Amino acid sequence: MAQHRDLPAGLMSQLFVNNGNSSFSEFVGRHAPDLLPARGEALATPVGDQVPHATTIVAATCAGGVVMAGDRRATSGNVISQRDIEKVFRTDDYSCMGIAGTASTGIEMARLYRVELEHYEKMEGRTLSVAGKANRLATMIRGNLAMAMQGLVVVPLFAAYDPERDSGRIFSYDVAGGPYERDKFDAIGSGSIFARGSLKKLYRENASADDIVTTVIQALYDAADDDSATGGPDVTRKIWPIVSVIDAEGFRRLSDEQVAGVVQRMLEDRMISPDGPIAPLR
Amino acid sequence: MRDKADYARKGIARGRSVVVLQYVDGILFVAPNPSRALHKVSEIYDRIGFAAVGRYNEFEELRLGGIRYADINGYTYDRTDVTGRGLANLYASNLGRIFTESIKSLEVEVVVAEVGDTADGDAIYRLTFDGSVFDEHGFAAMGGQAEAVATRLKERYREGMTLAEALEVALAALTEPGGERPPANQLEVAVLDRNREHRKFQRLAGPRLERLLPAAQAPAASEDEDSPPTAPAPGAGDGTE
Repeated sequence: MAQHRDLPAGLMSQLFVNNGNSSFSEFVGRHAPDLLPARGEALATPVGDQVPHATTIVAATCAGGVVMAGDRRATSGNVISQRDIEKVFRTDDYSCMGIAGTASTGIEMARLYRVELEHYEKMEGRTLSVAGKANRLATMIRGNLAMAMQGLVVVPLFAAYDPERDSGRIFSYDVAGGPYERDKFDAIGSGSIFARGSLKKLYRENASADDIVTTVIQALYDAADDDSATGGPDVTRKIWPIVSVIDAEGFRRLSDEQVAGVVQRMLEDRMISPDGPIAPLR
Repeated sequence: MRDKADYARKGIARGRSVVVLQYVDGILFVAPNPSRALHKVSEIYDRIGFAAVGRYNEFEELRLGGIRYADINGYTYDRTDVTGRGLANLYASNLGRIFTESIKSLEVEVVVAEVGDTADGDAIYRLTFDGSVFDEHGFAAMGGQAEAVATRLKERYREGMTLAEALEVALAALTEPGGERPPANQLEVAVLDRNREHRKFQRLAGPRLERLLPAAQAPAASEDEDSPPTAPAPGAGDGTE
């Protein structure tokens, strides 16, 4: 009958205790630490290549917002373990995160982070500032450091719309935390070197969201072109990158049809010039 | 035991009433509340809202506990596994335990409302200070002159009202016959709207609320728009609102 009896022992008695803190992960960490991602005992041997890895995520700011996109491939060593994995997550109405590294830990972390932001908002009656959200994610990544040393590395990319500045902001992280704010664009994951090179040439400041959507899809294509762990658009199976836009209106994920349209146009152009658009020399 | 119950009843009757009722797209909460910061109506989870009357510090504690409960359940299992019934059970056992074990019972009455995919899936649970649960159909009123408000609500309530109609019914129920209705800036209004994505709970305030208020309210409401925002009434924080 009473569902709450299923909750971990020790938690029930703590629900109504005011601990003067609005953090969900700290509350869970104190009373039910097993629920947090990757807090288990040290692994006997590093698992590195044996678990699926998520790969490339790119993000770039546009006029009054930010765009984030991710490819759909997960790999375990040289094997493609999933063709249609989703690696960009809405974390609240005005933010999202993409994950690279160990897919399972990353997905759990994104789920925890969403609850973390919402929990604060409901408890306090206000949303966290963008800097507050970015710092909170850094703490969660740092909490995973011991597992990262064992091969369960997760690195997120965080993007949010900042109503104070009416613009999008991007934060990147390393295995030990962060955040590092990036003012134009950034990429994470195995294909990030190639994606970043592509973005460097194609990014235009204050471009419209539509233009930046094309830019990030070009960058993902360039990453897939040179990195075997990044998946390109799968035309036969109709699997397209995940593209999200955040602006003053909030978070929205573009529909498959919208992304397919942009991808098709890009592919047609690449039939003529396979390396993509050529940036002017001067 | 009886003294405790009388004490709690008196405390709850001292404040103002809160009304919760179904409308066509979900569930509407209306509370006369001069304070912008001390809420009587809040979000607990994706589909679950909370309304309370009585002592602020006591129901605030219940609200925070409810959010912890819902977030932990949703995180442990899945977001769809958090139900209004589970939360009502949690509150009932907590209220019941305090009523029997403590010297003083909580002076609160709360509503846990959950919006479903259709009107049939909606649920409104009303919980009293001793832990009793009432599964209300369509509407609930509590606090202040709760019985009189409930009677007026029952006379006017019907199924499938629009939001504006439901708001009109709620205000008519909250106002004594011949009494003056509270202006828009003295109202705390929120909905659980089944058509929203992700989180169904939404507060209605400012111009959006004024547009919904019945025409008779319009002149008073537009005057308020021009005047500077008023500070919360002095009595708002005394814990008996």
